[in-house]
Amino acid sequence: MSELATLNIERGGNGATAQTETYEVPFEAGQSVLDGLRWIRVHKDPTLAFRFSCISANACKECMMRIDDKVVYACLARLEPRDMHIAPLSNKPLIRDLVTEIGPPAERL
Amino acid sequence: MTTTLEPTHLSTDVLIIGAGGAGMYAAIEAAKAGSNVLLADRSLIGRSGATVMAMMTVAVALGSQGPDAPAHHLADTLASGRGLCDERLARMLCEDGPECILELDEWGAGWARENGAIKSAHAPGHDRPRCVYVDFLNTGPAVSKTLRKVLHRHDSVRRVGDMLIVDLIKSKGVVTGAVAIEISTGRPVTIAAKATIIATGGLTRLYRRSSASFNMSGDGYALAMRAGARLIDMEFVQFFPIGHLAPRLIGLDPIMWDPFRYKLGGRLLNGNMEEFTERYGSSEDGRYVITRDAATYAITKEVAAGRGTPSGGAYLSFMHLSAETLNEAFGPVIKKLMANGIDLTKMPIEVSPIAHYHMGGVAVDEQMGTGIPGLYAAGEAVGGANGANRLSGNAITEVLAFGRRAGRSAAASIQNTVDQPEFDPGDAQAALERVQHADPDTRGRSINTAAMIAELQATMSDYVGPFKTEAGLKTALESIADLEDRLGDVPPGQPGAFEPSRIDWFDLRTMLPVARVVTQAALARTESRGAHQREDHPGMLDEWRCNQFVEWEADSPTIVRGPTITTQETAA
Ligand SMILES: Cc1cc2nc3c(=O)[nH]c(=O)nc-3n(C[C@H](O)[C@H](O)[C@H](O)COP(=O)(O)OP(=O)(O)OC[C@H]3O[C@@H](n4cnc5c(N)ncnc54)[C@H](O)[C@@H]3O)c2cc1C
Ligand code: FES
Repeated sequence: MSELATLNIERGGNGATAQTETYEVPFEAGQSVLDGLRWIRVHKDPTLAFRFSCISANACKECMMRIDDKVVYACLARLEPRDMHIAPLSNKPLIRDLVTEIGPPAERL
Repeated sequence: MTTTLEPTHLSTDVLIIGAGGAGMYAAIEAAKAGSNVLLADRSLIGRSGATVMAMMTVAVALGSQGPDAPAHHLADTLASGRGLCDERLARMLCEDGPECILELDEWGAGWARENGAIKSAHAPGHDRPRCVYVDFLNTGPAVSKTLRKVLHRHDSVRRVGDMLIVDLIKSKGVVTGAVAIEISTGRPVTIAAKATIIATGGLTRLYRRSSASFNMSGDGYALAMRAGARLIDMEFVQFFPIGHLAPRLIGLDPIMWDPFRYKLGGRLLNGNMEEFTERYGSSEDGRYVITRDAATYAITKEVAAGRGTPSGGAYLSFMHLSAETLNEAFGPVIKKLMANGIDLTKMPIEVSPIAHYHMGGVAVDEQMGTGIPGLYAAGEAVGGANGANRLSGNAITEVLAFGRRAGRSAAASIQNTVDQPEFDPGDAQAALERVQHADPDTRGRSINTAAMIAELQATMSDYVGPFKTEAGLKTALESIADLEDRLGDVPPGQPGAFEPSRIDWFDLRTMLPVARVVTQAALARTESRGAHQREDHPGMLDEWRCNQFVEWEADSPTIVRGPTITTQETAA
């Protein structure tokens, strides 16, 4: 059997109760955690919310989150064939799942 | 439980959709000309499009290091466009480019210099060094940062991120505003605007592998088309020939091998480790001179002939270079590669063409007007300037020159028009209802829109990629029609804060018609030219030296042919 990465993701926000959901993602060397999250949206749950736009160029800086309690960019963090814990930034207001309010206040409605 | 979110209403002189380079430059110009501006982006302002990702160079005939003139730049642009450039736009790009670059220089962009003069590199397809840059990998970020900084000086520009524009609103034949979703809350937004500029960039997200950001869904094309504006050259999608393919690596841009080739040459080899581009008419000789369409052609052909690499591309090898040479040129990148287990002195990497840029787009006149009153376009969203194949470096020039022009034109139009129809909420009703539509039983799980996007990307990559056939294009049209059926008329779930499946639904509502017109135009063009290559119709035909336009009638697109626009000077 091929290896799996087990992503334990803190979900919730916007009225929904916080809970950790676990997803198993096929592991391939050289994938990022962002690749794993995108795999979940296509194959398991399209409602999982996280921000990203440049995909892996590390230009947009939108994919910042907490992985195993460290603040990192999901597109730079290596996906590993083990249990990984993924949570939203703790110092920003939570919007949903892994999405927090990161835009400068002057650039919001 | 369903609560209807009340719409927020905003009002402005000029609405600019998309805050990449073109949108930001347009905002600065419109503000300078006295307009109030609303600069809206679906992600962060100035950080989320292709502009901030551009690494390399900007083509511009400054003549700062040796003789050059816009006319020479134009000649190269037209040659690269393989006979299809709208010469009015190509000329404007070449003529306005130098002023824009110098203005950015005054604003502190920090162009690389040599002996005090702005320095130019020699990129493929140019007859001389003509490509300015900010360090070899920092051009796009520097351009974005500079424009952002200048934007902040203008109080009359309101910047709003997390705002996805989903429809333009027309009243009495004039574009008078838009309907949007505030992504972070799900709240509908109506916007009244006296003039609107589409600056949404390209359509690379239609493909599985692309160099650009996730936000490039072709929104501007769909918005313009539905508002009745014409699109041009939609079949011309540029593939970047040497996108990184294998081994998989993280934290590096897939087009990172471009700067390597500029500085170090490198050898492009097939699966048998033989040089091969010569077979297709482009000798390499260890130097980087091959144009994008020719390289894409050669790699795709070689793979089709069964001489590809294990992952289905070509090898790019720097094994003939020493570790010192590599380190000297790209130390920090070499370190990152090592961390990914890649030692360039010992192994080649695999590359293959990835979707990169779109030559086609919204058809505009010299003022960047779309022909629909109140509607302008700028940047990569505009089609025509680059014809069938874009010269490297011309995209940022187009962003700057067209963005500046669109900002001026939009501002001027407001001063010059009397009795312009106003935004009428009645005309926005249908669009607003779509955004507010709620299906209380599901939270967006009734259809998997993320999987549908993946399906569309697979279809486009397999059948509407660098190489096309009639059978493949027809298969693609069937699969697009099937996706359209499944998408339906209303979004899944209900409005709410950051609902990705709902946002994907609105994106598919953009991507599907855009995919359709790209495919239809490619099917109609029964020849091969520049970035459009038909396996069943090789070779360029005189009768096809014309553009194809998309016209929107009775809720569906049709493709019509029109003569390519040449200007008198070059025609003579
Ligand atoms: C990796 C890479 C490297 C490149 N390198 C070069 C180079 O060296 N030289 C060169 O000349 N060109 C280069 N290009 C091409 C060039 O960067 C682009 O053509 C150009 O930046 C496009 O700028 P733009 O302002 O038109 O659009 P973008 O910068 O793409 O901005 C468009 C903006 O519109 C927003 N948007 C889209 N749809 C909506 C909507 N519905 N509502 C609200 N906002 C929306 C997006 O979020 C985005 O921020 C490169 C491209 C890539 C991807
Ligand atoms: S996705 Fe852009 S920085 Fe990670």
